[in-house]
Amino acid sequence: MINFGYSIAKSRAVNLDECDFDKLHQLENLAPSFKRCMNCGACTATCSAQQFTSFNIRKIKSLYQQAQYDKLAKELEKCMLCGKCTLVCPRGLNLRPIVMNMRKILNKK
Amino acid sequence: MLQYFHPFVLPFTLGAFILFGICIWKYVRWYKQFDQLQRAIVRKNLFSWKIIPAIWEMFREGILHIRISRKNLVLGYMHRSIAFGWFLLILVGFIETHLTPADAHPMWMAIFYRFFFHEHQTFAGAAFLTNLMDLLLIYVLSGILLAVIKKFYSRILGMKKTTKHVVFDHFAKASLWCIFPLRLLSETLTATIYHNGGFFTQFLGNLIPLPFAEAFELLSWTLYSIALGTFFVSLPFSRYMHIFTELVLIYFRQMGVKDKKERTGYTMYELSACSRCGMCIDNCPLNKELGINTVQSVYFLRNLRYKRNRPYVVDNCLLCARCASDCPVNIDLMAIRQQERNKGKLDTEGNYKYLETVQPFNAIGGVGYFGGCMSHLTPGITEAMKEIFEAAGQRYWRIDEDRSICCGRPLLQQGYINQAAELRRKLTDLIRKSQISMLVTSCPICYQTFKKDYKLKIPVLHHTEYIARLIQDGKIKVRKDDLKTVYHDPCELGRGCGIYKEPRQILKTTTHLVKAKQEKEDSLCCGINLGDTMIDIEQQKVIRDAAVANLLYKNPDLIATACPMCKKAFCNSTNLQVKDIAEIVQQNLIKK
Repeated sequence: MINFGYSIAKSRAVNLDECDFDKLHQLENLAPSFKRCMNCGACTATCSAQQFTSFNIRKIKSLYQQAQYDKLAKELEKCMLCGKCTLVCPRGLNLRPIVMNMRKILNKK
Repeated sequence: MLQYFHPFVLPFTLGAFILFGICIWKYVRWYKQFDQLQRAIVRKNLFSWKIIPAIWEMFREGILHIRISRKNLVLGYMHRSIAFGWFLLILVGFIETHLTPADAHPMWMAIFYRFFFHEHQTFAGAAFLTNLMDLLLIYVLSGILLAVIKKFYSRILGMKKTTKHVVFDHFAKASLWCIFPLRLLSETLTATIYHNGGFFTQFLGNLIPLPFAEAFELLSWTLYSIALGTFFVSLPFSRYMHIFTELVLIYFRQMGVKDKKERTGYTMYELSACSRCGMCIDNCPLNKELGINTVQSVYFLRNLRYKRNRPYVVDNCLLCARCASDCPVNIDLMAIRQQERNKGKLDTEGNYKYLETVQPFNAIGGVGYFGGCMSHLTPGITEAMKEIFEAAGQRYWRIDEDRSICCGRPLLQQGYINQAAELRRKLTDLIRKSQISMLVTSCPICYQTFKKDYKLKIPVLHHTEYIARLIQDGKIKVRKDDLKTVYHDPCELGRGCGIYKEPRQILKTTTHLVKAKQEKEDSLCCGINLGDTMIDIEQQKVIRDAAVANLLYKNPDLIATACPMCKKAFCNSTNLQVKDIAEIVQQNLIKK
């Protein structure tokens, strides 16, 4: 292929029909409050880890929901589990167990 | 010796041998599982003066059960009568046996004395001992009677809920309950035939017709021996293992052995020292407010001992340590709970490289102030501390001013031991390099881990301790307002670190302190905490409301607390003002 020095970004569309949602269902069973999220991002705004790095718990939540699990496990290791997100969540999500269960499910072989 | 032998003593004798064999085997095995440090402590203190308090506590708690009596008098009496009564029965029986002139004193003699010696003995004090044995038997039987009542109507003995035991425990308990009535029956029947009883057995013996006694005497003694044997054999596998294990545990604890972050042999001693009395159930907020009654420490320890724990039980605990303060055996329940949460393979090396961007601030000799993550959500507290530092003329450095590193305790509580250690290393490094002379923290969660897990060489103070010092030294001056204030003891500060005095001291000088219904060691958890990952927010709020109701007992105008999380929890639940002690002091500062 000819190199023009630029390219078109890869399509980021996710075909949800082809995704495997098994891990999502596992998480929803273990931490039912996950379903309540309305993506407001209050958790990310207050996050201790977010102040240092690009860690974004809201983004992780969205990716997880779309079954885009690559790299999520390593990213979740950045969380310090301090629990500020749980205190600010307007929808009453219990975020720490959600993070812990995500780690558990994603590390399962 | 053979003249004092009868085949019926065999169940008892064999049972006793099996019992001590298994106990010693288990104890040796567990001792081998101690880690290096724990063994070094035991070796160092094995023959030191620490033996004296150890033996005293073994007698006081293993036999007299003083701690239970302090919580509940009747329950204390029940345990004491069975333990102390039985102990004395054996002791006095032993003395009686050895005062009796005979060629031999086999080990079963003290137990079956009256079967073998039919005559009233002639040595000095024989009649007294006979009557004393009767009295002791009545003492023990009164305890057994209370135990039976407790099984069916526990509320009479002040327990709302008692432990739901496994079948094997019921079996062991049944054999225990049979022992003393059978002893009474046997001695009574022998007294009917040979008139060798004490005041009580002889009185009962005279009521029984002779042929009946002659027919059933041997059977009764045999059943007594079988009951003893059955109990002895089932003891090491049932909850009654606590009888001996508690003594060994007290000994090791007095030597200075402590629980580690991972399970060691010491934990095994603790597991078996639990008598499953169930005193941890009634006051557990999960049971009291939410009716969750399968996760309390008693069940947790039992599951652990029999290796059938489920995550639901292990993770469903607020770590408020209320049960630990109620536990009559003083088992370190919180440490064991955290050990079991060990995430193992999931506890990989954390991904905390991003923390390297934090640079130490050169604050030689000043005070380091660590607000804690939660105080970022309650900026009132950090503002107040800032003003107090300035009023005292203290040079300070706020370690987590705009970006906060977590202290690591939340990770530790959930069993991420390595990752917590990583955060600890980072913060320790930061603190060392800044060369501060003292660390003050506003968050009891951080305070506990700074104090217990960090190996800092500088004093670590909670801000209540620090402010109390400032007021005492006259570095800041405060006025007294006329609000009625109630103080909520945060779990981590009170039961966790034993700080009850300083907050009250400050509040007494700045405002009018009124009592909460339950406080200090008995204070309630605010519910919104980091320990439990199994209950949801709605359930946490029920626990919180109960804690607030407990505080409103004397109609205060203001709720004071010393933890940003408790403050955050309460301020959404009541119309009353909720303030941290630092904020109250800030308000009442007399500026120079």
